[in-house]
Amino acid sequence: MSRRSLCGSLRFGLLATLLRGFFVMQFSDKRNRLKFWLVLAALLLLPFITDALLGRSWVRIVDFAMLYIMLALGLNIVVGYAGLLDLGYIAFFAVGAYCYALTGSPHLALAFPMMFPAGVHLPFWIVLPMAALVAGGFGVLLGAPTLRLRGDYLAIVTLGFGEIIRIFLNNLDAPVNLTNGPQGISRIDPVSVAGVSLNSTQHIFGIVFPAVHLYFYLFLAFTALVVFVSRRLERSRIGRAWMAIREDEVAASAMGIDTRNLKLLAFAMGAMSGGASGALFAGFQGFVSPESFSLMESVMVLCMVVLGGMGNIAGVIFGAILLALLPEVLRHIVVPAQQALFGRTLVDPESLRMLLFGTALIVMMLYRPAGLLPSRVRRRELGADEPAAETSVYDATH
Amino acid sequence: MLRTSRIGKKFGGLSALSDVTLHIQRGEIYGLIGPNGAGKTTLFNVLTGLYQPSAGEFQFNGAHYRAGKPHVLARAGIARTFQNIRLFANLTALENVMIGRHVRTRAGVFGALLRNRATRDEERAITERSRELLSYVGVGKSGQTLAKHLSYGEQRRLEIARALATDPLLLALDEPAAGMNATETASLKTLLQTIRGSGITVLLIEHDVKLIMGLCDRVAVLDYGRKIAEGVPEQVRKDPAVIAAYLGGGDE
Amino acid sequence: MEILLQQIINGLVQGSIYALVALGYTMVYGILGLINFAHGEVVMVGAMLVLSSLTAMLGWGVPPVLALPISVMLAITGCMALGYGIERIAYRPLRHAPRLAPLITAIGVSIVLQNLAMMIWGRDYHSFPQLFANTTHSFGGAVINDIQIIIFVMAVAIMAGLMVVVHHTRLGRAMRAIAENQHAAQLMGVDVNRVISITFMLGSAMAAVAGLMVSANYGLAHYYMGFLLGLKAFTAAVLGGIGNLRGAMLGGLLLGLIESLGAGYIGDLSGGFFGSNYQDVFAFLVLIAVLVFRPSGLLGERLAERA
Repeated sequence: MSRRSLCGSLRFGLLATLLRGFFVMQFSDKRNRLKFWLVLAALLLLPFITDALLGRSWVRIVDFAMLYIMLALGLNIVVGYAGLLDLGYIAFFAVGAYCYALTGSPHLALAFPMMFPAGVHLPFWIVLPMAALVAGGFGVLLGAPTLRLRGDYLAIVTLGFGEIIRIFLNNLDAPVNLTNGPQGISRIDPVSVAGVSLNSTQHIFGIVFPAVHLYFYLFLAFTALVVFVSRRLERSRIGRAWMAIREDEVAASAMGIDTRNLKLLAFAMGAMSGGASGALFAGFQGFVSPESFSLMESVMVLCMVVLGGMGNIAGVIFGAILLALLPEVLRHIVVPAQQALFGRTLVDPESLRMLLFGTALIVMMLYRPAGLLPSRVRRRELGADEPAAETSVYDATH
Repeated sequence: MLRTSRIGKKFGGLSALSDVTLHIQRGEIYGLIGPNGAGKTTLFNVLTGLYQPSAGEFQFNGAHYRAGKPHVLARAGIARTFQNIRLFANLTALENVMIGRHVRTRAGVFGALLRNRATRDEERAITERSRELLSYVGVGKSGQTLAKHLSYGEQRRLEIARALATDPLLLALDEPAAGMNATETASLKTLLQTIRGSGITVLLIEHDVKLIMGLCDRVAVLDYGRKIAEGVPEQVRKDPAVIAAYLGGGDE
Repeated sequence: MEILLQQIINGLVQGSIYALVALGYTMVYGILGLINFAHGEVVMVGAMLVLSSLTAMLGWGVPPVLALPISVMLAITGCMALGYGIERIAYRPLRHAPRLAPLITAIGVSIVLQNLAMMIWGRDYHSFPQLFANTTHSFGGAVINDIQIIIFVMAVAIMAGLMVVVHHTRLGRAMRAIAENQHAAQLMGVDVNRVISITFMLGSAMAAVAGLMVSANYGLAHYYMGFLLGLKAFTAAVLGGIGNLRGAMLGGLLLGLIESLGAGYIGDLSGGFFGSNYQDVFAFLVLIAVLVFRPSGLLGERLAERA
């Protein structure tokens, strides 16, 4: 038992260091440092508090919310920084998820019994970068032909790509059973950290950490990493170039920015982040099927970015939490309310949720294009008050 | 420095430029004038890579270009401003200028993520140089203001600072005095003379004939996409073809 | 050989429907430079309106000869109102906003329409009622039925009508003027907002007819049918050269052919690895190929042709 707890404390020590490294930048002076420790403590206690107040199933919901935060932050690089509309973002998540599902489960034994009698069981930490790279590769493949054209083409092509990936996942069970079709792939290996599977309850210093709690800390670490990467990029030469492209592509290229390559970079980085989140998702769920990667999921992630505030990290996180929790709230409030009022469920929470998303997209763009939580310094790209930026798009061509 | 040879540009069947041959010398302020629709901005767009010429080519700083890309020409040393100001409206004035430094700096994704010494030094240099340039053009106090909240004259100056940030050999200005009052125009004139004094060649499109005549070393006149005159201002002013073009042109 | 002929017939019929929908995309793009993402959902609403009014009227004992035209008129009116509303609410206020904004509202509109449709008409497939004996004619070993013939003839007639409107009426001239230069058209006294509204309504009317055709051809309608159809019709518009009316028609027919021939032969070509369930992939491959090799489409963007 003692070895285990040592491992555990090492693990969390590492995690804390990572978190600290990142937060120190944000909260550099003394008063802020206190704030940082308070935030960190609250975050570390979050699964326990949730568990105590709402029950174990809500910890799982919180875990999913963390995954959505990672996804939304990844999409934010593409949409928020570079101003490229990616409508099939979930496809990259799917690519990452299936990467791990195939290389970390008994499934391939079905397709290639001679080669892999027990399936393939690569360690998660090898698959993770691989999944990111594969997803990034798809991103480049898709972006290269479209990114030299107008932005709308990218939107449509990504939309189509999202659908195509789903068609392939659904149909590649024959003649060689690669994806197991609509049934999906199950019995995926859990993620393990330093040889300890996260899918089991751990006892550390006498405290019980159920699996959902352990995954929470894993996701927290990765979210911190994505936030760190986003922040560093935002305040760099590359980030400025992306924002220049978002603001005015013609002017950006006249200032010497190679717009096509930089757009491709943004697109690929977003895809990589999506792929990595996908691998985490597969390990956490232990099961993947095409159903999880519908267009509606792409729309949901986009909604998180738009609702929270494009290009603003805090806003995007806020949007992601809001929308990830919304369906649960709807399920717990709308259904009983309808039962009480009409004696039956007239509108199922799923379609009500989508209806709300659609309406939110429209209303936000019309009345609050900078999002619910716009960044303090500026109201970015979609700043409502000034049409001037757009009217000038045409004059260089006159 | 810049030599164009027989540049032509057609839109559909319409010929916007034909056979334009110019020669701009290092260190001079070269004016390009002509009635509305004479093809001045079209020529600008060809020289800065926004348009591909239908005919001809140009030579800049020893290299030949037929169909350049904007970012390649910016790297080669041509920087421009736009007739209808095209700043990065939702970024601060300082950020606008910092973006101009992009083409002369190197940090990539890894630099951004690791923020190693080289990257930090480069960032510091970018910021410093950008601040300098803001003061140089006279908007040093507005660094943290969003570009769209600057006054019209300040926006014009900021655009010049952004262009200067690319360390250009040739600064191409498309009607920099448009919409300015007399005081602003006068200080713009001083600024342009200072810029030329620092060794940068200036190419200027302008409607304000007084500004052109008082500032330019040499002037070319375009009419209907053709060069009808070229020379020192005094000489061009007396050219009968130029007088005819302007009298016929109407609204100048 | 019979298979080839059969696939060509099926492709042309399907393609004429794509062409009708593609015209809606291309007209709006030509005028506003905007991709009306929600257009596919208008087709779906059209199909649903025809179906439910038709089913209701047949249930009341109205003879099919009367019920069909009435329900088609109803659907056309409904879709025109919808198209008008979409433009007013989701696009017009954003006409001068950055490009990302109307794209996002368009997505929002599609989702709202899809989910409203699901609430109203449910998740089930609705079958198209049998109105008349759908006789099958065979020639050269291939077969074509009455419905297919009607679809094709109607589509061609509507497209011819549209060309007349665009090229030989005052309205058409106004549309072309706006496509050329919105500001100048306004100065010349063209009521830009009105013409844009009419363009959306025209496109939506054609979408309603296309909705009827799709559901009659397959005998089915579903709340989700608009999404893929819209995507394919957009591909057709890009294939022909977006903004170009003739291009949309050509692109639609070609895409129909490519799909039907592709689906017919993919099994043989891939040695049985891929089946016809990959049919939907073709449109996408065509889209990518066009964007890579000829982004201006087959007929380019001849300015005079834009509407």
